[in-house]
Amino acid sequence: MSATTATANTVRLPVRGIAAVAVVVAAAVGLQLSGSFTFYRPMPLLLGQLSLGLINGAFYALLSLGLAVIFGMLNIINFAHGAVFMLGAFTAWGMATPNTWLGMIQPGLQVPDWLQLGYWPALIIAPLIVGAFGYLLEKTVISRLYKLDHLYGLLLTFGLALIFEGLARNAFGSSGMPYRIPAALSGPVDLGFMFMPKYRLWVVVAAGGMCLITWLLIEKTQLGARLRAATENPGLVQAFGVNVPRMISLTYAGGVALAAFAGVLAAPIYSVNPNMGSSFIITVFAVVVIGGMGSILGSIVTGFGLGIVEGLTKVYYPQFSATVIFLVMVIVLLVRPAGLFGKAA
Amino acid sequence: MSVTTLAPTAAPARPFDFLGFSSAQAWAFLVLVGLIIACPWVIYPVFLMKLLCFALFACAFNLLIGYVGLMSFGHAAYFGIGSYVTAWTAKTWGLTPELAILLGGFTGALLGLAFGWLAIRRQGIYFAMITLALAQMSYFFCLQAPFTGGEDGIQQVPRGALFGIFSLRTDMAMYAVVAGVFLICFLLIHRIVHSPFGQILKAIRENEPRATSLGYRTDDYKLMAFVLSTFVAGIAGGTKALVFGIATLTDVNYAMSGEVVLMNLLGGMGTIFGPVVGAGIIVWTESALAGAGSWVTVTQGVIFVACVLAFRRGIIGEIAAKLRIIL
Repeated sequence: MSATTATANTVRLPVRGIAAVAVVVAAAVGLQLSGSFTFYRPMPLLLGQLSLGLINGAFYALLSLGLAVIFGMLNIINFAHGAVFMLGAFTAWGMATPNTWLGMIQPGLQVPDWLQLGYWPALIIAPLIVGAFGYLLEKTVISRLYKLDHLYGLLLTFGLALIFEGLARNAFGSSGMPYRIPAALSGPVDLGFMFMPKYRLWVVVAAGGMCLITWLLIEKTQLGARLRAATENPGLVQAFGVNVPRMISLTYAGGVALAAFAGVLAAPIYSVNPNMGSSFIITVFAVVVIGGMGSILGSIVTGFGLGIVEGLTKVYYPQFSATVIFLVMVIVLLVRPAGLFGKAA
Repeated sequence: MSVTTLAPTAAPARPFDFLGFSSAQAWAFLVLVGLIIACPWVIYPVFLMKLLCFALFACAFNLLIGYVGLMSFGHAAYFGIGSYVTAWTAKTWGLTPELAILLGGFTGALLGLAFGWLAIRRQGIYFAMITLALAQMSYFFCLQAPFTGGEDGIQQVPRGALFGIFSLRTDMAMYAVVAGVFLICFLLIHRIVHSPFGQILKAIRENEPRATSLGYRTDDYKLMAFVLSTFVAGIAGGTKALVFGIATLTDVNYAMSGEVVLMNLLGGMGTIFGPVVGAGIIVWTESALAGAGSWVTVTQGVIFVACVLAFRRGIIGEIAAKLRIIL
């Protein structure tokens, strides 16, 4: 998408960026040499927090990727993205233990054992269910907003998020449901330099793989080419005979399915609870501001990168770990207001 | 950014001039003052005080969304910090209520100056996201800072005595102060909107590039409006802290930011009285559904969706459009 604006043929060094990095590195080396501060931390602590950071980064990447895809096509910021993430986790939970919630509807209602679907089927089916739900949502509600100011999309999806979270809280309470790690992924794995819980490794690999698939789909296939074209000029693409409204609906469904996929991945790590999405979504907004929504690859890199930054902050300055991403956002706004990968507006 | 608002830029010929109100606005204002005076004898004053504080908060937000077209999605930060500062100074320093509230307002404005300066670098939807993220940052700050009391908040804040003379222990005395603060700030906002400065704000709302081409430094005007709005938001937060004697994390939470947006959307963005009506309805719904758990959240979500889909001008905006008057 950003390639269309690349006019300069010569490679120009990002002088200010390099200078900023150099200053930070010099300050760090100076601190270490002066002896007033040491960057030494026990290796297990460092690696443990790094792996946790990578996991958070995986979720940031998946969620901001979905936001960017939806924004590119629909021109709305999907505030319901966190709620959809939560719905994905709840769908997985509901598929694993259907008797619990069926009993809430009507006592004694049960399904046979073979219908209690575990983690692996849920990983595929839950995003499909939530994606289909998103498709309906776009067709019935969101599609009415395209002629209006973008802010109304934000307000509408914020309202939708309130509805989903409120309903989930009413039905299941705020305490959260446990979701078991699948047997194949429980226990640690020896990476040679550290032991890492298998599931953490899986989350990073699965999320990274899904990001890669999405990127390939958008950048390298004919469908993706049409999608990019429709993002640039929907009217013209429609004139060529492409069903743009359906493409828009499918884009929303796809973005939402990505969030649901992240939700299923998150279910065994965080307890499945109605608030799990809203605590993520605002941080993801900051990630989106930092990366800029111009490029798919940009949001993936920014997501993982900021997860790592957050993990490192937990090691060195734990009191800043909750706010570090917002502080990075402030710095980026000062130095490069359009975002690291964004086009200047 | 063209949020559907009503107030036209060209003011019609006014048959009379009462504080710059149109005749319909003047009547509505008189009704409002009448209600403020009459209601405490009929309705529980503490509920009314809560309503007035939120109405003031909503009016502060309206100054931005309705007249500059800036959607700040993190206004709870200024409301909350105002509430914390007022509570802390009233309790620890023993400041008199009017000074504590003013200090709350100035702190809100100071935070607004910093956050606004950052956020106006981006427009539209990014502005909303940045203000939301900055507000979340101040939420975490309030969660961890030593003076806010973390999850407990600041409790048992004394109401004190106005100017050190009039004790505010009774609800009626406190109500008089809250009503006074509300009316002063309400008129202040009205004055800002109808000043030459306010005309430029509306010009920015309608067409920012054109305002720039006319030679106005639009960023400066936006920042000024942002600071004024956050000042009033801080005042509202501070007043609420004194009324209830408590400042907690709910005041800084993003849900509070969403609520103030909802009040404006429901009442009517860009109308003087819309935010007051919207705040009234939302506060009333909350207390009516207080025992119903999370149905409050669901109801608010439904109102959001219904407003955006069906009536974007809000209640007062629709009424004004029907009657062809300015409210």
